[in-house]
Amino acid sequence: MTDPTQLTIAQARQELHDKAISAAELTDAYLGAIEAANDTLNAYVAVTADRARAMAGASDARLAKGEAGPLEGIPLGIKDLFATRGVHTQAGSRILDGFEPPYESTVTANLWSDGAVMLGKLNMDEFAMGSSNETSCYGPVTNPWRARGDDKALVPGGSSGGSASAVAAWLCAGATATDTGGSIRQPAAFTGTVGIKPTYGRCSRWGIVAFASSLDQAGPIARDVRDAAILLASMAGADGMDTTSADLPVPDYEAAVGRSVKGMVIGIPAEYRMDGTPGEIETLWERGIAWLKDAGAQIRHISLPHTQYALPAYYIVAPAEASSNLARYDGVKYGLRVSGKDIVEMYEATRAEGFGAEVKRRVMIGTYVLSAGYYDAYYLRAQKVRTLIKRDFETAFGQGVDAILTPATPSAAFGIGDRDMAADPVKMYLNDIFTVTVNMAGLPGIAVPAGLDGRGLPLGLQLIGRPFDEETLFSTAHVIEQAAGRFAPDKWW
Amino acid sequence: MSVDIATVKRVASLARIRVSDQEAAHLEGELNAILGFVEQLGEVDIEGVEPMTSVADMAMKKRQDQVTAGDIAAHVTANAPATEDGFFLVPKVVE
Repeated sequence: MTDPTQLTIAQARQELHDKAISAAELTDAYLGAIEAANDTLNAYVAVTADRARAMAGASDARLAKGEAGPLEGIPLGIKDLFATRGVHTQAGSRILDGFEPPYESTVTANLWSDGAVMLGKLNMDEFAMGSSNETSCYGPVTNPWRARGDDKALVPGGSSGGSASAVAAWLCAGATATDTGGSIRQPAAFTGTVGIKPTYGRCSRWGIVAFASSLDQAGPIARDVRDAAILLASMAGADGMDTTSADLPVPDYEAAVGRSVKGMVIGIPAEYRMDGTPGEIETLWERGIAWLKDAGAQIRHISLPHTQYALPAYYIVAPAEASSNLARYDGVKYGLRVSGKDIVEMYEATRAEGFGAEVKRRVMIGTYVLSAGYYDAYYLRAQKVRTLIKRDFETAFGQGVDAILTPATPSAAFGIGDRDMAADPVKMYLNDIFTVTVNMAGLPGIAVPAGLDGRGLPLGLQLIGRPFDEETLFSTAHVIEQAAGRFAPDKWW
Repeated sequence: MSVDIATVKRVASLARIRVSDQEAAHLEGELNAILGFVEQLGEVDIEGVEPMTSVADMAMKKRQDQVTAGDIAAHVTANAPATEDGFFLVPKVVE
């Protein structure tokens, strides 16, 4: 029998239904793969083997009784940002040292009620702030991809680096992730996996450690478009615990995979052709345009004039919201406490020791832009620019565009400890230049692998959709996937 | 606009993060790099533009004014570094 960890979720679902494999066998295969690989890749920060086996046993019982849920027996990895009852949840931060929430996030609860099995918690940038998974208090995650003929360790992207690395390296069948400025789509692009950030409001944020509440959204990282559709259908849905969750029915996303794109209008925004973008990214984009055209879509050149202002506006709005959300970490209610001679010293010492450098930077920026005398110049102006960014998209969609095709990232995966990025925070921030606009406008976006660069590293394309039209993204991304083929790393770990 | 060391220290104190002199010097450079980057927003014509208050076009849902949870002090304090009888313990704040 072939290695069961190689099966996609759709394939594993079939094998489980056909009794060709049991949920216990599938889970054990993944636990074995994690055991063998995790010292090298550092994708998991906690493995919940006993719980996984118990959940798989319960799945086998339900499968035997013909009561299988849509994800029955499918082993998943969970980003450390999701609260999981009684299980390690630290958001990659020292300040949540030892935190085990007494409640479950809505997204993970949805997955478990559909029969999925939890393998463990996945590494991530601290509080989801980063684009390389290097800001985690557990150390960096290694990308299973390496450049051809080069054994240099590469980053998997971030902040959902553990999720992307684990999915690409067959250490889980699929993973949960979150995206505030590109944290699902950039790591998916860096690892040859599929990642979708749904429309703001599609997935409940209840039980997800908050970074920037007006931008945060959960979504899956998966091996292919169909698996991403299967996972999102389970994760999404209205929730009374999150007042920003949308009261809309969740469509049958899987049915959108393979649906014709004939006659659809695909917008190609001129502003995403940026100075300094490598030629390979341009070529990839051209190829994606040709594939969609061949599939019967109509290509239309469009303009999104405020694109270049999305990233600077994001670096005001997101830190502002973060500085407010992270005020709760004070050494009183949970996690780390460092004593001081009075309560203020305790707060200051706890936060100095508990937060890493990137989190401190962002909390400081956020505090500054919200402080008296600077609020109008920075925060208010950024929120006005955000209105303009959203309006650009509304205009395009209003003129009949069904989806927008862009590159996913300005480069392929870079090395762990890249000196240029470490020396200049803004250089690291530029990783999100193509993805951040989508969060600023609350739209859905999917990253799908579209080819390899000259060094054999995966590159992705992004499709951006109308609010709550994830189905069009699954249909169009599937066309790219069919044309480009699948990409998997050579196993070296 | 840019920040100097004194401003960095003032912001750190507002954010309740202790920073050493060395860290403050480092942060001064980094924060100024970020502030320099966001400076370009000054070019955008925002005349008459409403600031975004909600990214989704929907009215915020409101819950019934009802008690739906409670009596879970043990859960609430389960992860706290110091507790007593369902209360959080902190250093003395009043003389």
